[in-house]
Amino acid sequence: MKYTLMVNEGPYQHQSSDTAYHFAKAALAKGHEIFRVFFYHDGVNNGSRLSVPPKDDRLVQKQWSDLAQQHGIDMVICIAAAQRRGLMDTAEAKRQGLDAHNIAPGFRISGLGQLIEGSIESDRTIVFGD
Amino acid sequence: MSMLHIVNKSPFERNALASCLSHASKGDAVLLIEDAVLGAVAGSQVAHLLLSALATQAIYVLSEDLAARGMEPNRLVKGLQVVDYSGFVDLTVQHDKNQSWL
Repeated sequence: MKYTLMVNEGPYQHQSSDTAYHFAKAALAKGHEIFRVFFYHDGVNNGSRLSVPPKDDRLVQKQWSDLAQQHGIDMVICIAAAQRRGLMDTAEAKRQGLDAHNIAPGFRISGLGQLIEGSIESDRTIVFGD
Repeated sequence: MSMLHIVNKSPFERNALASCLSHASKGDAVLLIEDAVLGAVAGSQVAHLLLSALATQAIYVLSEDLAARGMEPNRLVKGLQVVDYSGFVDLTVQHDKNQSWL
């Protein structure tokens, strides 16, 4: 089956990002496809490459990046939620006249339409949040 | 046509489980994940809700979230079924709709 996942909470703040990640891994292991993961609200913080947790903790952002790279998952960060929280890619940082960008590999910034399209394209849409 | 209801809130903190059970239809399934697994223990204040729902719905509990909270599967309300993440995925396949009770 084809899945779109929606992640509404940030890493190290609520379990839902971890739950979504474990669900994605289990679905892929069973031969299903993760068509898209849409990060919304505080969930956009899953896409920062500047997070540095203690060495004995998991690096949630990198887990997502690695999973996307291994399985060709389209990981989309909501643009309005990202701008509010200071999550920028090169183009957005330039457009806003900012001196830095921080988006992690495998993530891209786009709009809510990508969530709708993901739901239309997928057999199942699962929401993970608080 | 059936729905998988996913509940992730502790029933001792929020009303999501009771709301979900009062809306779920016959043949639907309910999956308790994250803090919602806290309500699954036999003899808890919400055990009667689960027991009466079991007459018309299957209720599942995510094993990884039980383990993370130090809860043993053999101390749950009778009739609840324990599934792992792989089982979670299967439930989303078996039910054509799903609702997260956030």
